[in-house]
Amino acid sequence: MSASKSVVQSVDARAEWERALAGSKLRESDFTTLSGAKLAPLYGPENSELDYERDLGFPGQFPYTRGVHASMYRGRLWTMRQFAGFGSAKQTNERFKFLLAHGQTGLSTAFDFPTLMGYDSDHERSLGEVGQVGVAISSLEDMQTLFDGIPLGEVSTSMTINGPAPIMLAFYIACGERQGVDPKLLRGTIQNDILKEYQAQHAWLVPVEPALRMITDVMGHCAKHVPQWNTISISGYHIREAGSTAAQELAFTLANGMEYVRRGKAAGLDVDDFGPRLSFFFDSHLDFFEEIAKFRAARRIWARKMKEHFGAKDPRSWMCRFHTQTAGVSLTAQQPENNIVRTAFEALAAVLGGTQSLHTNSMDETLALPTEKAVKIALRTQQIIAEETEVAHVIDPLAGSYFVEAETNRLEADAEKYFAEIERRGGVVAATEAGWIQREIHRSAVLYQRAIEQKTKNIVGVNCYTEGEGGPKIDVLKIDPKVEADQHARLAALRKKRDAKKAKKTLDDVRDAAKGSDNLLERFVAAAHADCTLGEIASVLREVYGEYKEPKIL
Amino acid sequence: MSTRKIRVLIAKPGLDGHDRGAKTVASVLRDHGMEVIYTGLHQTPEMIAETAVQEDVDVVGLSILSGAHMSLFPRVRAELEKRGLTDALLVGGGIIPDEDAKKLESEGYAKLFGPGTHTEEIAKYIETTMNARWAKQGASR
Repeated sequence: MSASKSVVQSVDARAEWERALAGSKLRESDFTTLSGAKLAPLYGPENSELDYERDLGFPGQFPYTRGVHASMYRGRLWTMRQFAGFGSAKQTNERFKFLLAHGQTGLSTAFDFPTLMGYDSDHERSLGEVGQVGVAISSLEDMQTLFDGIPLGEVSTSMTINGPAPIMLAFYIACGERQGVDPKLLRGTIQNDILKEYQAQHAWLVPVEPALRMITDVMGHCAKHVPQWNTISISGYHIREAGSTAAQELAFTLANGMEYVRRGKAAGLDVDDFGPRLSFFFDSHLDFFEEIAKFRAARRIWARKMKEHFGAKDPRSWMCRFHTQTAGVSLTAQQPENNIVRTAFEALAAVLGGTQSLHTNSMDETLALPTEKAVKIALRTQQIIAEETEVAHVIDPLAGSYFVEAETNRLEADAEKYFAEIERRGGVVAATEAGWIQREIHRSAVLYQRAIEQKTKNIVGVNCYTEGEGGPKIDVLKIDPKVEADQHARLAALRKKRDAKKAKKTLDDVRDAAKGSDNLLERFVAAAHADCTLGEIASVLREVYGEYKEPKIL
Repeated sequence: MSTRKIRVLIAKPGLDGHDRGAKTVASVLRDHGMEVIYTGLHQTPEMIAETAVQEDVDVVGLSILSGAHMSLFPRVRAELEKRGLTDALLVGGGIIPDEDAKKLESEGYAKLFGPGTHTEEIAKYIETTMNARWAKQGASR
């Protein structure tokens, strides 16, 4: 206390400092965060009004600003979870085993675009895209290959898929059942966050309302039958990557989260039955302190909303648990080895921000999917933070920093302004269908691009310290075109050998549930067991619900 | 100098949902006084070629970050040719490895722009190329 008192009271010292600063020659006229928020040259108690109990609390206690667990990384380090997937299920299975063998502690699946859009590998729209940006999974059989030799009762798996997420989760549940694993033992996360798809990432299946209904079906089914599963990973990552600021990422993500809670409650579920299974996913960009403040603000806002606005009583419903990925957009194709350094800073911010799990990008990802060498360096980066820097020994070490607390407050206030604006626009669904959120993100993306081109923001190797063409080249991973042909053959064989009557019957059941109100996830699991393909199930949904039309924003 | 406005179609072929680059470039080209039509996402080669013909564009710019460029870029070009649009300036951008870019540039794509490209460079390239073309044709309509 006495230290801050002396800072506040030394008016003369402050005036002297202000004079000295005013007389100094500065590098820039304006200093801003990466997101363009104004920064003061110095922060003190006057910039960071704080009530310890109300605004910070202790780790594992409301409002969780200091972390969701009492012991944080003293108890258990964050889960090191590298997002992986390319080519065939067999190839990705090998990559999974490679990562597990090198000390990774959880799995994370990247799917190819046809899978993300609900098309089988042999659909005409899939031509040229099979296995390119992730693994191609068109059936339960593919899912079984993907997890061959990996006991689903023992690993935790994350699956990044949204439009057809409930179908993919059904494949996973069925795959577990084929391995003899009770769904109650399955642990993991399905992204299943459709709102940000319409807003930023753009892999959807059906229009908004039926998509939201499927999400509440997942929440309802899992609360009863797959209780350890995180049913939605409410994701700011893609919003940020699409160009938003840190404050927009925070605000739009939490606004989406609140919409899912409203929908769950409206579907008759108790907020404490599904609230603890909601988790989050954020980007960690290069502005070190702004990112740390964003993570802290996210926890505080979510806790307040869940407790005070939605009336959740279970503390687990108040906790904003999140996964973090370092910023793909911060990587440069120029001088790609520098990306290792960028990623390390971003990873450190995520850890100091109290993330539950982390993906570190590989240096070569602006060129293609990562090679084994690149992905190993990315994983080692996390291991170096965990084992060598000693930062994990003290919980929320930056709390009480005038600057970090001021930024945390600022981001919370910015988010609140956005919540009010979204409310005025009729809620997130209306704001998204009208394209308002998309336009906000686009505007920020253009401003950022302009800042780089006008050199008010610098990127080493891109607009400063450039080396021209012919800089260092690195090896990139190539997807064998044979993957697509093999997928076609496997699907043809599957359709031939399955019980056609049973397959048709389960698809009819899906159609009935889609038209009615029975839980769709249960029907998807039955269809998965009957070897119905992703595309077949998805086309039933498209047939019943129609396709989503994106609003014109440009 | 011609007073004719350059008409550009910015298109997103395939299932790839990354539209940050496409939309940013579209905005910048518009700021340069070009008439820009943006297709929106998830376009088939047929849809893109159809729009290009209907909108009578001078330039077709494709943006792709899904790795499917070696399949989709040639198909877009083939569909354009099928519809008689053989003189459009074809450009592209996205996550495209150097050797693929070189191959596409030898097969009818005028230029491919990689990650980190200054958007002014894209605008200047289109302006210079189109103006040179029109000057040659004496087509100051």
